[in-house]
Order: sequence, then C-alpha cells, then structure tokens
Amino acid sequence: MTPPKTEARTYLGVPLDRPKTAFFEFSSCEGCQLQIVNNESTLLDFLSLIDVVDFREAMTERSNDYEIAFVEGSITRPDEEERLKMIRKTARVLVAFGSCACFGGVNQLKNRFHDLGWVIKQVYGDHPVETQPVKPLEDIVTVDLKIYGCPVRKEEVEKIVTSLVLGKSVVHPKYPVCMECKAHENICLFDIGEPCLGPITRGGCESWCPNNRFGCWGCRGPADDANVEQIKTIMKQYGFSEESILDRLECFGGFASYTESLRNKPGQ
Amino acid sequence: MKLTTTIDIRHLTRVEGHGNIRIRIENGKLLEARWEVVETPRFFEAMLVGKTWENAPLISGRICGICSISHTLAGIRAVENAFGIVPTEQTRKLRILLKHMETLQSHILHLYFLAAPDFLNAGSVFPLIESHPDIIRRAAGIKQLANDLCDAVGGRRLHPTRTIVGGFTMLPQKNELEKFKPRLKQVMQDLFQTVELFRSFTIPNFGRQTEYVSLKGDRDYPFIGGNLISSDGVRKNEHEYKEMTNEYMVEHSTSKWSRLSRESFAVGALARLNNNFNLLDPAAKEVSISFGLTPVNHNPFMNNIAQLVECIHVVTESMSLINELLDSIWTEPCRPVIPKSGTGVGAVEAPRGILYHCYEFDERGKIRTCDCVIPTSQNHANIQHDLKELTQQYAVQRKSDKEIELFAQMLVRSYDPCISCSVH
Repeated sequence: MTPPKTEARTYLGVPLDRPKTAFFEFSSCEGCQLQIVNNESTLLDFLSLIDVVDFREAMTERSNDYEIAFVEGSITRPDEEERLKMIRKTARVLVAFGSCACFGGVNQLKNRFHDLGWVIKQVYGDHPVETQPVKPLEDIVTVDLKIYGCPVRKEEVEKIVTSLVLGKSVVHPKYPVCMECKAHENICLFDIGEPCLGPITRGGCESWCPNNRFGCWGCRGPADDANVEQIKTIMKQYGFSEESILDRLECFGGFASYTESLRNKPGQ
Repeated sequence: MKLTTTIDIRHLTRVEGHGNIRIRIENGKLLEARWEVVETPRFFEAMLVGKTWENAPLISGRICGICSISHTLAGIRAVENAFGIVPTEQTRKLRILLKHMETLQSHILHLYFLAAPDFLNAGSVFPLIESHPDIIRRAAGIKQLANDLCDAVGGRRLHPTRTIVGGFTMLPQKNELEKFKPRLKQVMQDLFQTVELFRSFTIPNFGRQTEYVSLKGDRDYPFIGGNLISSDGVRKNEHEYKEMTNEYMVEHSTSKWSRLSRESFAVGALARLNNNFNLLDPAAKEVSISFGLTPVNHNPFMNNIAQLVECIHVVTESMSLINELLDSIWTEPCRPVIPKSGTGVGAVEAPRGILYHCYEFDERGKIRTCDCVIPTSQNHANIQHDLKELTQQYAVQRKSDKEIELFAQMLVRSYDPCISCSVH
C-alpha cells in the first residue's frame, strides 16, 4: 500500500513508528474487520497510524512481513490451526480480534451437543464435511492481546491500536457493563422485564446493548471476579427462567466454564 | 497469450470469505475453470436447534458481518410468520428504512472499496486514498450516512440491537430522524457523481443466458417478504421457497448450490432489477436506462450498475419514508409475542440477493429445525457457469494470461459474493 509517512506522524514531537499490520480471519462473519472500515469519520486517520500490509477482504496485495496481526474468528479445522501457527511465527503481537477469536463466539454453540456427527448430519446430511469442536485462538497459540465484543467497538479498537503504536500498555476495564449502564443513566432492564448479563460481563462497550433497551448477552465474557452464581439468584428473583439465563451465558462462549455444568442434558 | 497456462488464485481478495479460482488452458483449449468455496462451515442450522425463538434472529444475524441487518430481519420475519404476528405499519416502515440503509452501505462498500480498484488499476482502495482522495471521501461520506441512520433506527450498524420479534425495543427520536433529511439530499448529489464515475469505467461486454430469481414486488420495489419469481416464469409463495432453491451438495465446495429451471440461476441486484424494473423510482430508472440496463439483462458485470441504480432508489424512498414517519403519530414500538408451534419462513432481499430463513417451533417456541438459504450459495453455480463461459471465450480470443486472470476475478467480484455467509 502507500509508502509509510512516518516523518509526518509524531507524538509529543517524537516520530511514530508505523507498524506493519495484517488482518486475518478464520471461522467468523468477518464483521469485526468490517468495523474498521465502518468507522468512516476516522478511517483515514486510523490508516495513517498503521501500515496495512495484508487485509484480504479489502486489498489484493499480500505480505508475510508484519509486526501486528489482528486475527478474527474461531478455529474449526486442522488447516486453520496450521495457518494460525504460521501467523504466530511471523507476528510480534498477535491480537485476538472479537468474541469468536477470544472465546469461540456463537460458533462454539455447536460444541454443546458433544456429537459432531449429529451436527454435520443436521446441516449436510450424509455429505462428508470436515470440522472440529470450535476453539478460541489461545487454545492453539499464545495470544498477546484480546479485543472483546460481538462486534468489536471501533472506538475501543482505535484506542487500543493507538496504545500499541505508542508503546503504552493496554488495560481492559475490570468492572462490569452494569457500571457503564448506570453512568449512561439507563433504566435497569431487570425492572422492565428484560434479562441482562450486565452485572457480570466485562465493561468497555459503554453498555452498547442496554443503551438500546436490549439486555446484555455477555459477548465480552466475564468481568474480573464476576459472581455468576449471584446473578443466577438475582435473575431468578426477577422471575427469569433458568433457560433464558443459560441462553445468555452460553451464547458467545465467554462463560463456557460455567455453562457446561449448568447444561446437564446435552442438546437441550 | 501462451497457449498453455494455469491460473491458480487461492483465496480471492476483495470479497467476503474464502474462495479459489482455478483455470487450466492447454493448447488454447479450456480444460478447467473452477470456482471453489473452501470456507469453514459454522453450522448455524444445528446450533439453533433446541434454542428458544428469541435466540433465532440474534444468533442467525451473526451469519454475516456485512448484511447482519438482512439476516436479523429475515429471522424476525420467519418467527413472526410462525407465530402469526403482523407488524404495525410503523414497524414495517422503520424496518424498510433500516433495510435501505444496509443496502446503501453494502452496495457502496462493494462499488467503491471492492470493485472500483479493478477499474482504476489499483490493488485496493488504499492507494486510491492518495491518488483519488475526492472519490474516497465521497464513498466514506455516503457509507457514513447509511451507517449512522442504521444506528439511529436499529441501534447498531452491525448486529443491530433494537430489532426484535414484534417490532423494536425502542424508537429513534423524531428530531433525530429529521436531521437525516438534509444529509440524504447531499448523498443524492454524491450518488449522481458516483453515476458519472461509473460511466467513465468500461464494463466488460459479456453475456450468458441466465435465469434470475428474486422477490416480486406488488406496488413497491421489493425488499421484505412477498412472492417469489424467476425470469423464466416460475412463481411461488414465500413459504414454498424450497421449490425455488433446490439445494444440493457438490464436491469442491462447503457451500450448498442451487438450481431451478436451468443448471443454475442468479440472485442479487441485477435479478431484482430484471424482475421489478417498472417498480424502480423514476430517477433510478432513468439512470438504469442511461447505462443500457433494461430487463432482461444477462451481463453479470452489470450487477455493479444495478447496485448503483438501487442506491438511488433506496435513498429516494428513504426520504419519503422519513417524511411519512415524521407526519404520523407514533405508537408502541413492539407488539406482544405469544409463541406457538408451527413453521415460519422469512424471505428478505439482502444486498446480494434473496435470503430465506425458516424455523420450525414446538408449542413452547423452541426451535425444532432451522434452515437458512443464502444469496451467495444460490449464486455459486451461476458463478461457476459464467466463469467457464468467460474463460472459454477469452481462451478462443487469445487474451493474455493477465487479462484472463483479471477478468475472472472481476467476474466473481461483480456478484459481490459473501462466501462465509454462503457456507454459514
């Protein structure tokens, strides 16, 4: 792509390194990558911060020389594992980009059946199709940084990338979505009869869904020290069914360690 | 050209998802021209089994990152049809407005960021930022308007938050909608400049007799629900969609393929336009005619122009919709939902063509079976047949390897394929 404009970019007078950056995708909707292009008002500024050398969805040029790799999607086939390992070898920083990469995302819902033969038959009949249980990236390679969300929030992506470029450490909020929801002065969704995982899900999304009166489904995974047992008790007190709590907990894979024990009958 | 050549494109770029093109020519004769879909399946139709109805639009909306609004709306329509819920006129209008803005952002993404670099001799949109800054600024401006209006109506441009079975979780403020009126007017100007840009491009002159499948509009150019039609004369009801799609498996593809009256058919902007030309807004129709695009057009490269024509149509209609919405007294955002057993189909014209969701529910509203038929999966067979015909013609015409490689890629891109969506 365009030659680096390092000389033009400075921070407090210090010239900025414009890291070579690549975008890759595995099993996913590719929506998180699109969120980059979806931020039209700051897209050009964002692109001057990094040197995009590989972005198959947007460009024909390719490169095997990059420092930062943004990897979207979960891993569901042996060839994906191999490709991911190659990316790991090249990248100095490997970023798990979005809920599929961080936790398996909605794709991991097929794991709950514990019967891949049935899953394949359900969709393809007797036609042979290769697939494995869905895995997040960190089950295969070391992940340096996670960007949560389904989809990722572009403002958060830009903040994190800016930190990376400036060599600042990236810190995720330890507190839950509930904190941000209160700050936005929303009515509590529990009070209008809508189940919500806001009290236990990691913040940083600025309570994106509850702001739109849509309960949180936990796409960012658990906040630090999230008390999952307690949310079950509270939600039951509000009259929400065990099933609707489980639906939310297991949707994106962030609470996988809790949901497996909750789901006693596979496939239910 | 060399008389013998092999073109092997592994993971075609500037399309959504993973597909390969493989062409072998020996002594000037085409041996093989193959479109392979190698995307990993995610098994949405299995993962929803046993889930309650409210999971359907939320989870199946995640099939696609470009047309998540279409998937969400198809899912919602399928559930509403199964439960016998008829949305209010207000909901219907807001959904169409949201749908139009998805169509606009998706078409503009394809026309400017994915297709235009081929016509401007660039590998991607990135060098165009330097060489054609005005064009890129215009594209970003149109896309931003579309996405901002998606945010205002649907809560979020990607994987919308306010769209639910029965209606919306909440409504936009009227003054918020009012503010989009001047922006839509500006975008109309930008679209006419886009028309001039595309007039300066040479659209490859290629044709192959094709059957086109889409919704059939009644009074309006169709986007959500209604009857199904093919340009070969097949007509079906929405719930009979399987008789239109006839899915089957092929060896070198993880996506299913479709056929109807012939060995393949096409869906998408060109199919919609071919089947509903007289329902286009007059300004859009005029632009279409000025490009020589009238029904039935059999040149797949003209899908680019059909998308452009639709951009004008949806912006014009969105202005009227906003006026109608602002003039009406708003009612509750959502109708009550009472689950019952039964099967529901939702057909929606996604940017890339007709999309079907079908769910079968038990009496508690739990999903028994799920079926999603994706526009690009319906197009794969047609892409294959076009690719073969195009390379055959070019091999005979002794076109250079480079030209064959470029035009083969441009052909597939003109379908604006959404490959991970087609495999789902």
